[in-house]
Amino acid sequence: MSDQTYLNVFVEEGREHVQRMNTLLLDLENDPENKEPVQELFRSAHTLKGMSATMGFETMADLTHELENVLQQVRDGVHPLKDETMDILFQGVDRLEMMVEQAANGEPLADVSDLLSKLRGGEEEKTAVTQQDVSFDGYERELFETSLDNGYYVFLVKVTLSEQCVLKGARAYMVYEALEKTGDVAKAVPSVEDLEEEKFDRTFHFVTITKEEEQHVKRSLEQISELESVDVTALSRDALKQKQGVTAKGDVTAKTVRSAPAHKAKATKSIRVDIERLDALMNLFSEWVIDRGRIEQIAGELNRADLTEVVEHMNRIGSELQETVLNLRMVPVEQVFNRFPRMVRDLAKELNKDVQLEITGADTELDRTVIDEIGDPLVHLLRNALDHGLETPKERREKGKPETGHISLRAFYSGNHAFIEIADDGAGISRDKVLQKALKNGIIDRESADKLGDAQVYDLLFASGFSTAEQVTDVSGRGVGLDVVRTKIESLGGSVSVQSEEGKGTTFSIQLPLTLSILTALLVRTGDETYAIPINAILETGKFDRSEIQKVHGQPVLRFRKRIVPLVPLHEVFSVPQRDGGVHNDSVFVVIVKKGDQLTGLVVDELLGQQEVVLKSLGNYLNQVFAISGATILGDGRVALIVDTNALIQQQEAMAV
Amino acid sequence: METRVAETGRKVIVFRLGEEDYGVDVQQVDSIERMQPITRVANVPDFVQGVINLRGVVTPVIDLRSKFGMPQKEHDESTRIVIVHTENVQVGLIVDSAHDVMHIPAGVVEEPPSGLGEVDARYLEGVAKLEDRLLVLLNLDRVLSREDVREIQKED
Repeated sequence: MSDQTYLNVFVEEGREHVQRMNTLLLDLENDPENKEPVQELFRSAHTLKGMSATMGFETMADLTHELENVLQQVRDGVHPLKDETMDILFQGVDRLEMMVEQAANGEPLADVSDLLSKLRGGEEEKTAVTQQDVSFDGYERELFETSLDNGYYVFLVKVTLSEQCVLKGARAYMVYEALEKTGDVAKAVPSVEDLEEEKFDRTFHFVTITKEEEQHVKRSLEQISELESVDVTALSRDALKQKQGVTAKGDVTAKTVRSAPAHKAKATKSIRVDIERLDALMNLFSEWVIDRGRIEQIAGELNRADLTEVVEHMNRIGSELQETVLNLRMVPVEQVFNRFPRMVRDLAKELNKDVQLEITGADTELDRTVIDEIGDPLVHLLRNALDHGLETPKERREKGKPETGHISLRAFYSGNHAFIEIADDGAGISRDKVLQKALKNGIIDRESADKLGDAQVYDLLFASGFSTAEQVTDVSGRGVGLDVVRTKIESLGGSVSVQSEEGKGTTFSIQLPLTLSILTALLVRTGDETYAIPINAILETGKFDRSEIQKVHGQPVLRFRKRIVPLVPLHEVFSVPQRDGGVHNDSVFVVIVKKGDQLTGLVVDELLGQQEVVLKSLGNYLNQVFAISGATILGDGRVALIVDTNALIQQQEAMAV
Repeated sequence: METRVAETGRKVIVFRLGEEDYGVDVQQVDSIERMQPITRVANVPDFVQGVINLRGVVTPVIDLRSKFGMPQKEHDESTRIVIVHTENVQVGLIVDSAHDVMHIPAGVVEEPPSGLGEVDARYLEGVAKLEDRLLVLLNLDRVLSREDVREIQKED
């Protein structure tokens, strides 16, 4: 196509958009409450902006950009739609129309700086308002919580500069300096860079971690002139929880879409999307992650500052994109919990028990995959609680408990995990009975039985071939035990534990990862094959001299921090053909992996480095392969298998007994 | 064997293993790929060669010769991976070559005679008698039965 053809297309489409914007503006004026036209207007303006920028019509691109900003404020309801705003918008569209015609005739485009400054006048207000949002991500929350635990105060300091203030950046810096003297500034909103460049209106926030009292912090700021107001709010644990991606207290302003909290989802507009489309998006994204890894590597090799800068930016965008994509897959656990009240009611009737089921945190969101898989284990645990946990009303009366038993099903977030707890106020689990049973079934021997702590004893419940039910009932105890529950949950990357007090009740606690699909892994080489080991399973890696490896009962072991750690050569587990006919170097690399407090050392030939990988399943056909939890695709397009370290540690345990 | 084939006939993808031609219903075939790097998976039956990266989807690959107990053959230029699916699973089948799409008219498919070639009769759906040759139709549900995978994993 020639330039002229492009121009023709541009003019055609430009006229259409201008026409459309005019109609929409009229709609908006007639019904200011209806935000739909705004959305459409926004889209048209955006398209025009892109078109004009491509054609090199800078002034037009500028104008549409400013129009977009004003429309955004209107859309976000930052301030009520005033007549003046409508006027400016109409003027803007008139100018656009004029420009399109000028472009069509090959004339230079008219100057619009007068209108631009009018439009920008509105924009500044917007910046001031939206930047008051203070929200914390998981890391920040953790940091603050730890600080609180260690006896520090965490204060949210809100500072508003007086209107006459000239050197805003300098004032902000002085506040920052003053706070740094009394403690550590952990967060700034807007960011410190923006503050320095005066990219804020008059108000900004710091979060400071300090040993000093509130009054002291406040006083230290009072010496700085040109401050209109200083608010110091102490952040408690509860307040932190509320600020999980939520606006700070007292700053009730329009929220940006990104910070909309999960439980508000119902109030917002939503669309239904086929899960397959999300998976496709996920696949595309994972390929992007792979390519990003490659570029990062290349940038590292080339060592060019500008390239590194771009890669760093890509990394930042990547993490945000990842969060967004993963969030799309989150589903409230309600979907699973919904069927339980009925199930529990029916079961209770069957068992002649009286029970009240209390469900909390049903709005907790989990990855779609987890939601699909978690149902069965939960059913199992609930049946257990009803069948083995709760006593009959008669027994409860005799024990002086209320006749109606209580089971609570609770879902919540903590740190980087989601938890589901099932607690009953039943008979509890007898430690002695568990031990006896375990001895009888040959799961442990007498000697080790005496050394076990409570947690370890209860852990025996999950061993395969264990069932504490005195007799097999219709409800549970059909040969399927808690070991199946554990296997299922571990296959989801989670863990399960139990606490119990005899006579008082039992609590099963399931810990699940928030995101399943992307994990950081250490790539290792053994023979000519590459495997990935999830970082969160690794305690330490090291190079050891072959002479440091000893043998106990023919089992190679390593002394590591005063412990004897069994070693598993990875090439033996996976029958990897050895290079050089098995000629070894004097030293080996060992990756020490952990499961609870159990350690095992995986012996490999080389550590290839750490990388973000996308967890993929091996497909239905190979749904259970020993010591493999999935696969991932490397930068060169090849598939690498992900090692299931838990399976290897378990195998070690089994062999040790 | 009364099958839906009886009335209308159907289209099959034809591939070759040794001296014989095999057919798989075209609706069960997703694509035909050239040989590519296969990542070996340990502790699975021998006929599972490993997994490949099929445009972002990790897909298991089965060596059909090995599955059918035929002698091994070096992979060469004409070796193909036929990606097929059944209701639950998607896998790639390594075959000597794959070239044709063929229409099987109604009424030419007969039950597989017992003792036909080397292939276990339970993997076959039937034999199509065409003008110039015989075409062995595979029953993919049986070929890809996960029972086979499990049995062998247990033995290990």
